[in-house]
Amino acid sequence: MEIALTILKAFLVGGIICVIGQLLIDFTKLTPAKILVSFVVIGVILGGIGVYEYIVEWGGAGATIPLTGFGYSLAKGTKEAIQEEGILGVLSGPLSSASTGIMTAVLCGLVCSIFTRSKDKK
Amino acid sequence: MSISNEEYGYMTKRASPKSPVLLDSFKAFIVGGIICAIAEGLNQWLLFYGLGEKPSRTIAMIVIIVITALLTAIGIFDNIAKHAGAGTMVPISGFANSMVSPALEFKAEGHILGTAAQMFSIAGPVVVFGCSAATIYGLIIYFFGLY
Repeated sequence: MEIALTILKAFLVGGIICVIGQLLIDFTKLTPAKILVSFVVIGVILGGIGVYEYIVEWGGAGATIPLTGFGYSLAKGTKEAIQEEGILGVLSGPLSSASTGIMTAVLCGLVCSIFTRSKDKK
Repeated sequence: MSISNEEYGYMTKRASPKSPVLLDSFKAFIVGGIICAIAEGLNQWLLFYGLGEKPSRTIAMIVIIVITALLTAIGIFDNIAKHAGAGTMVPISGFANSMVSPALEFKAEGHILGTAAQMFSIAGPVVVFGCSAATIYGLIIYFFGLY
């Protein structure tokens, strides 16, 4: 039942992070773009000061799948790049750690746009 | 009629329909939770088959992005997102949807200025600010020797 518990933890943590986002939408009327940007930046900050590490350890995918987790992986990747390459890692780290997610989405977008018709034509 | 910004803000606030915050939050909690639970289930399954911690997390993320793209392409995602609000927007599915949805929508304007350019209309700012924040963090830890 170990696995069921980890999945439940992911459900709880992911759900709570989404509720924070929903409250921001309801009370501040921020546009979606601003919400996405602020979640990633908050993730970088929390990852940078080391708090997010604990949330990831407890919540697993509940913490890595939300965009704060994306920010956390940016901060973590940058740190690893600096350990490997020194000062150059400051520039190479951020984009390389974001690359998998961005490239997957780019490919999906291209493939989907090739294989679907424009919505207006239907 | 001249009105100040604050008055205008107050007026729009009164005129716009009240959204039931509690119900919205509940829906966001359930949908966001389910997306993360699916990813964690997949993660555990891959770990069980002997994949390392990092690759299985990455693959779980890729699968969520691909599922989102497919649901967006067949038009189901928008219907879920309408109800779920932040539940689909805050997970990586929101990021994927913000790239795939304009790619389909602006196809009529051509592949370069339509699909490719509009793909980054929301993801672009996310990447710019996210990566810039990470660079600033990198500079700080490099010069203070915290790495």
